[in-house]
Amino acid sequence: MNIVRNRKIFYIISGLLIAGSISAVMVWGLNFGIDFKGGSILEVSYSESRPDIIKVQDIISTQNIGEASIRSTGENGFIIRTKTLSEKDRANFVKALGQDVKGFEVKRSDSIGPILGKELQIKAIMSIILVIFAIVLFITFAFRKVSEPVSSFKYGLIAIVALIHDIIIPTGAFAILGHYQGLEIDALFVTALLVVLGFSVHDTIVVFDRVRENLKNDKENQDKKRVPARPFDMVVGDSISQTFTRSINTTLTVILSLIALYYFGPESTHSFALALLIGIAAGTYSSVFLGSPLLVTVQKWQEKRKK
Amino acid sequence: MKNARFVAMILIVLGLAVGYYSYKDNSKPYKLGLDLNGGTHLIYQADVTKLQPQDVDASMQSLRDAIEKRINVFGVTEPLVQTERSNIDGQKVEKLIVELPGVTDIDKAVALIGATPVLDFRVATTTIIKTATSSTPVISYVRTGLDGSLLSRAMVEFDPTTRQPLVKLQFNDEGKKLFAKITEENVGNIVGIFLDNIAISEPVVNEAIRDGQAVISGSFTNPEAQELVRNLNYGALPVPITLIGSQTIGASLGAGALDKSVNAGIIGFAIVTLFLIVWYRLPGLIASLALLLYVAMNLAIFKLIPVTLTSAGLAGFILSIGMAVDANILIFERMKEELKKGMNLHDAIHEGFNRAWTSIRDGNLSSIITAIILFAFATTALIKGFALVFLIGVLVSMFTALTASRTLLLAIVPKNKETAEKPFIKFLFSNGFHFKK
Repeated sequence: MNIVRNRKIFYIISGLLIAGSISAVMVWGLNFGIDFKGGSILEVSYSESRPDIIKVQDIISTQNIGEASIRSTGENGFIIRTKTLSEKDRANFVKALGQDVKGFEVKRSDSIGPILGKELQIKAIMSIILVIFAIVLFITFAFRKVSEPVSSFKYGLIAIVALIHDIIIPTGAFAILGHYQGLEIDALFVTALLVVLGFSVHDTIVVFDRVRENLKNDKENQDKKRVPARPFDMVVGDSISQTFTRSINTTLTVILSLIALYYFGPESTHSFALALLIGIAAGTYSSVFLGSPLLVTVQKWQEKRKK
Repeated sequence: MKNARFVAMILIVLGLAVGYYSYKDNSKPYKLGLDLNGGTHLIYQADVTKLQPQDVDASMQSLRDAIEKRINVFGVTEPLVQTERSNIDGQKVEKLIVELPGVTDIDKAVALIGATPVLDFRVATTTIIKTATSSTPVISYVRTGLDGSLLSRAMVEFDPTTRQPLVKLQFNDEGKKLFAKITEENVGNIVGIFLDNIAISEPVVNEAIRDGQAVISGSFTNPEAQELVRNLNYGALPVPITLIGSQTIGASLGAGALDKSVNAGIIGFAIVTLFLIVWYRLPGLIASLALLLYVAMNLAIFKLIPVTLTSAGLAGFILSIGMAVDANILIFERMKEELKKGMNLHDAIHEGFNRAWTSIRDGNLSSIITAIILFAFATTALIKGFALVFLIGVLVSMFTALTASRTLLLAIVPKNKETAEKPFIKFLFSNGFHFKK
């Protein structure tokens, strides 16, 4: 399978995935968790006998705490989401829930005011932009000696295209999962995106590095042995196939450990593991099938312009 | 060659020692975050609008100290109280963050922190308890009604002759009168100064004081005097605070999360090593050993620093197990290529490590950049924990996947070049599932 020659197919696949993700976000929106929008979550368990959900709803209606969503968890617990509660309201609410029942326990209580939510929004966006920016600078620097036929700064730009691709796809997936499964976009999701960025660029760099090395070898051969240089698309194609097994195997080991985390790890990192799984799969795809072929496309554009 | 084997032996012994330390040594236990251990995390916003900008830092500092004192009364082990400034939409928000490990009664914690501390003056009365054989004087204190609300200010001064720091108090008018009355009646007696019901100073009254000024001449060190003055000046919290976020994790939920994380880690490790051995054969086995060393070294570092482990941090660690072998995979794939080109085994190993180095360096640098930005921008302890674990992981993996696995690999390559070229040996050192055509 020649990835470079068939690059249009891969561009189309990426384009479809991105279009799908963007429409999912537009149709369903993003299901932000309380750390972004503020609110309170209470996880309680009744070890002896769990009351009916209707009874819990009755308690909530007497508490004057606004609307609440109740979801049962495990065999004997509930997760109750409300607007941000003041400490007093929260304490009264817990008291009311625990009244007249045995084995009542508050397993987890989270309350986040709107200021903290706002802070996280700002920091999340800033850190994503900063990571992308730093990575582009870094790639431009690392590949500074490569200027022919594609300048190092374009390697950086192509890496951005790949990175944006890697962010949009898990976000789209979470728009769908948020709608159907109730998964939330929280601080850990943003963390997962940043890790995906780091991982994906790592992958992209490995292929680019091989391109860099092959170009150098070709140049030496050309100078010493007067072997004519291969066309750029061939060099890129070779580089991709030389690093292909590595890309797949590295992704595989990461995915294996993430699957272990997803199936055996704690509840609190489930959606984190899932976001990473999706993002890393997208990241590997973009490094192999998008980033490097784009180098060739850019080079062809340059050629056309010259003519 | 001999050299490589010697170094490899040392490495293995060191690895065993590190492994023993991380697994068995209990002198320094792992530090678990609130989400694994149970506990309460509170975030307050301090209202500094009434302060001069230059006073904000000092006030936040004394707020921190005041809260820390109250928590110490509560008897929490290793509480954390810190201030943090964040910029939200161009507005500075001063925050106070309190972590109370093991405290799951959030109401009690909040009540304790929100309480106003009381500074007051009490007069000592001595009662003598007589028993058949002896009489013991017992000092008890009686409240006088003079408290922090009647103090206009306190300051540190120095005794002109001894250079000893003194604490000078100035009462307001009402306090002046009351203080004069108290001192008049109690010359030679002790008037104790209490903060939150704990005696912080027990000076003896030498004479009646009518000008509303008092000097506490304890044997203070300078910092102690400064601290006392701060406590006296800020009898109430220096800055009003409101609770803007709280999190409580019950102990059972935390313990469950810890067990599951450890489980997931072991399973993840097992699958990754299985894959390495099946695909990469002998070098895969070496990489697995290096990975074992990676795990042991990381755990030892978590203990030594110590890194507060959270569920996100452990997730990061499990993730890093999968990522740490990347360098090995790069190297082994490169080795295979060189072998295919007809290079002999020794050279292929060296070439594999050398050629893969630039990719490993650049790739890991990008991960390091990400980890540092993540750490700097983390809003919660959970994410800070993740970023730190991730960063340590990348750094350690550069050692284990490069240095350690190269040393081990060179140690087991047959010395004899002819043996090294035997098909079986070549098979062991090669990888993948492509059969001869």
